Amino acid sequence: MERPAWAPEEIDLTKPSVARVYDYYLGGSHNFAVDREFAAKAIGMWPELPVIMQANRAFLRRAVRHLVESGITQFLDIGSGIPTVGSTHEVVRAAGSEAGVVYVDNDPVAVAHGRAILGDDPRTVMLGGDVRDPLGILESAAATGLYDPARPVAVLLVALLHFVPDEENPAELIAFLHKHIAPGSRLVVSHASADGEPERAAEHQDLYRRRDAPMHMRSRDEVAAFFDGFELAEPGLVFLPEWRPEAGAAPEAKPGRFTGYAGVGTRT
Amino acid sequence: MSSRADDASPGVAGLGAAAPAAGDLGTPAAPVPGVSGVPTFAATGLDLPAPDVLAPDALASDVRTPDALAPDAPAPDGHGPDGDRPDAGTPDAHTSASAPSIDHPAAPDALGTFGASVHDEFAHEWAKIVEGASYVPLPADEMRDYLRELTYRLSDSLDADPFRPHEARDVGEALVAAHFTGTGTLERTFGLIGEWWPRLRAHAFSQQRDPDDYLLRVIQIQGALAAGYAEALRTRTLAEQQAIHAAVLDARALTEQALHTSEARFRAVFEQSGLGIAIGDLDGVILDVNPALAQMFGVHQTELPGRRVREFMLADDPGHVWEWYEELARGEREHFSAEKRYVRADGEPLWTHLTVSLVRDSAGGPRYQVAMIEDVTDRHRLYTRLRHQAQHDPLTGLPNRALFFERLEAVFERAAGSVGRPSGADRVGLCYLDLDGFKVVNDSLGHDVGDQLLIAVARRLDAYVSRAGHLIARMGGDEFVVLVENSAGTGQVVALAEGILGALREPFRIRGHDLTVSASIGIVERPVAGTGPADTMRAADITLYWAKSEGRGRWTVFDTERNDREVARYTLSAEMPAALHHGEFDVDYQPLVSLADGSVLGVEALVRWRHPRQGLIGPDRFIGLAEETGLIVPLGMYVLERACREAQRWSGSAEALGAPAAAPFISVNLAERQCHEPGLVRQVERVLAETGLEPERLQFELTESQIMATDGGPLERLRELAAMGVRIAIDDFGTGYSNLAYLRRLPVCELKIAGSFVEGLRKPGDADPVDARIVASLVELAHALGLTVTAEGIETAAQAERLRAIGCDAGQGWYFSRPGPPDRIATLLDGVPRAG
Repeated sequence: MERPAWAPEEIDLTKPSVARVYDYYLGGSHNFAVDREFAAKAIGMWPELPVIMQANRAFLRRAVRHLVESGITQFLDIGSGIPTVGSTHEVVRAAGSEAGVVYVDNDPVAVAHGRAILGDDPRTVMLGGDVRDPLGILESAAATGLYDPARPVAVLLVALLHFVPDEENPAELIAFLHKHIAPGSRLVVSHASADGEPERAAEHQDLYRRRDAPMHMRSRDEVAAFFDGFELAEPGLVFLPEWRPEAGAAPEAKPGRFTGYAGVGTRT
Repeated sequence: MSSRADDASPGVAGLGAAAPAAGDLGTPAAPVPGVSGVPTFAATGLDLPAPDVLAPDALASDVRTPDALAPDAPAPDGHGPDGDRPDAGTPDAHTSASAPSIDHPAAPDALGTFGASVHDEFAHEWAKIVEGASYVPLPADEMRDYLRELTYRLSDSLDADPFRPHEARDVGEALVAAHFTGTGTLERTFGLIGEWWPRLRAHAFSQQRDPDDYLLRVIQIQGALAAGYAEALRTRTLAEQQAIHAAVLDARALTEQALHTSEARFRAVFEQSGLGIAIGDLDGVILDVNPALAQMFGVHQTELPGRRVREFMLADDPGHVWEWYEELARGEREHFSAEKRYVRADGEPLWTHLTVSLVRDSAGGPRYQVAMIEDVTDRHRLYTRLRHQAQHDPLTGLPNRALFFERLEAVFERAAGSVGRPSGADRVGLCYLDLDGFKVVNDSLGHDVGDQLLIAVARRLDAYVSRAGHLIARMGGDEFVVLVENSAGTGQVVALAEGILGALREPFRIRGHDLTVSASIGIVERPVAGTGPADTMRAADITLYWAKSEGRGRWTVFDTERNDREVARYTLSAEMPAALHHGEFDVDYQPLVSLADGSVLGVEALVRWRHPRQGLIGPDRFIGLAEETGLIVPLGMYVLERACREAQRWSGSAEALGAPAAAPFISVNLAERQCHEPGLVRQVERVLAETGLEPERLQFELTESQIMATDGGPLERLRELAAMGVRIAIDDFGTGYSNLAYLRRLPVCELKIAGSFVEGLRKPGDADPVDARIVASLVELAHALGLTVTAEGIETAAQAERLRAIGCDAGQGWYFSRPGPPDRIATLLDGVPRAG
């Protein structure tokens, strides 16, 4: 959904952006000093962060590839951030699929950037929108022609829901999506959790809290509850590296250090 | 191991791609000292099929150029791949035209029997150390394949003769292209190469190369790799930075465009709105107004900014409006609405519906006030007109009763609201006016003339009263009322009433008729305190009625005592039917005594009302009321029945004494209303029949004026009663006017001389000679007419004696006996008759 023209969002480059900080963790340069300073602080607190973020990206890759192989032909990536290295449409295309990919983010810079780089892919679009307005997202996505509400869609909420506090009722947002997507649709979730590293997680959470987008770690049970109405695919809700590791990858000795949960569910 | 399976050039050997016979780096037959534990060269996976295509799509990232991994593509520094490169003649073997791929066919199988390739081992270790420095969007095995290919290219460069170190630049570029962009990538890569130096050295030996020269090659290769990597990373970083900056600019442009659109929309609303809009700061200075507002005020749009909101304050503004305004300016109120009048530049009133809202900044602090003003002048005019219509009489145009009552109520409300004012300071006056005989005009000359007369009267009244500053309203029909607010006293209002009567005195010329009109006016003038509008209006109404009944063409001032009396009368009259029903009326008896011998000739029945709250009430207070209401008919019958029953008892005891003729008659008052009852005679007959009383023992007393007015039916009934034997007496004779000729023809047998004449004979010795002569004349007259005479009101023995001397037949009064219960009469009859 386009933000109404009456209330355009301010672009404040003095504040770090979730999307650009994420890009920095992945080794990208789509970021500014303020983002890097923020990331440096976070890494100072938690040196594995880049690796965790990369593990999250790797989960996205594995999940999307899995979904393409499962026959999913449309993807709705909400909170996609900047569609930089290893983004959903890249994985989809690499897997040889012409599936429609709709990116949605509430960061106007991410949206502008996405539009700039996606210009020559007619099967991928980038929309401004917010997960707290799921109806708006579904309507705008359908309007692009790349999302057919009658067919199963993969809804990606990757590393997103920990930015939605309980007061904003993320479960209700998912329930709304569940109600409006076709049976057989998939829900892809990865979510930060303090379960693996409780002490450091709290510190990190504090850091994000000082930003515009505070972080809300959730326990395994809380994350599992988001899959209400979805049937979790094997191996269920697990730490990031544990979700269908690729053949040839070294088994992760301590998966809990990638303190985040990942899962893919099918709408029943 | 040959760099390419199809590469026949014998001099080209990659890392560990030496001829099998040459005692290769990893050949078990020639173990390299100091490299123990390191997988043997033979263990390298040359026997495995090398990836022919490196997931082209996976690398098709935005920043990657198709030639980034193509060895034949021009290097970023401008140096193309050497033309003298052994495999340069077969570029197709290395590249595909469109997809960035590293085509690496299987190595000669001569070494295959030794297992995993050295390249594979290096690539495996390489992958392990660079992984995690950045995100590489490849599955682990693909990443290893990719690095193995780069390993081949590095080893190719290392062993090539002539030496071509710059080919390693491509490998550096390829690393960046696959997003091995983490800061530790180069450092870790060179560290790994360093670790491998012993094996490389062994390889150099096996190649019959000078190890020092080979080390130099390694260093140069690293330098080229670093240069290619740095260049590619710099290019990529700049491209990404440019992209993200461009994105910011795009986003900003969008935001600005949105802001601009928003501003434009607001401007359009502001400029085009039919509502007047004014924006002011919190000090009340107008900052901007829209054309609609300027038009409403009849000024140019530039004239209002800079002026202060307070300048538009008017005396008749509702008080709370400015209170609310202050609250809003202080940030304590978000908005308010009110009806408010302004004055246009041309002096015309501008009625508006005003809504003022507070605009806060993003931090929530009050910043501006926005006034939205709707011109409701037309609506207000319509409302005013409708209100005028609702409050005025359509015929005369005068205010109607609705407006009058509104104003009258306002007078009392104002007084009630002015606390602390000395009571009685506010006075109010009303003149309630009614034309005399207006109905005659209507009936005789028609309603049209009547209406025209009313219009003319209203005009004259209005001219006179309005000049004095008072409100005159038409209450309906031919009734008008004048309201005198802040009256100076009764005198002022009386003068006004006189003036009104004077103003009406001049005849009205209506449709050729000269109509003379008189009016009656009821005046109320009183302090506002302690009374109310309804009560005051009622007083005026009553007073008008008094004025009417006292003869027309006059004013009457409301009299509280008179009113109280009337109220009391009215109350009594209202209570009477129930009182009759509840037996509250009682009958007392007073004897009529023979002046000659003191015997009781008759007894007068006198009705009393034993009122539960007021005690005993005499007939003077309620008979008149009973006559007005008609209750006198049942009441009279009730008294008649009781009296006849008692009289019959007395005659019974007289018979028992053996003197039936001595039994007294019973005298009952007969009201005029009763005479008009057609059933009177029959009812009397019934009572006589029921009680057994002989008609001769019943006497009816009628007043002189009553009997003189008797004619027709009533007279007929009297004659019938007299024919039955019932006695007829004239009560209070001498106080009215008697037609003596007429009197002669009436069936009357007795006169009762009013007590007022008897009064003058009261004192012993010096009796009033006039009264004495009047009484004597009356007695003489009565006797001449063949009537007996009873004197009423005898209180003294002297009176009794004088009257006896005059020749009066009978007397009645306290001297003989007060009215009393029937038993007292019985006692009187039982005892010796006495006189005096």
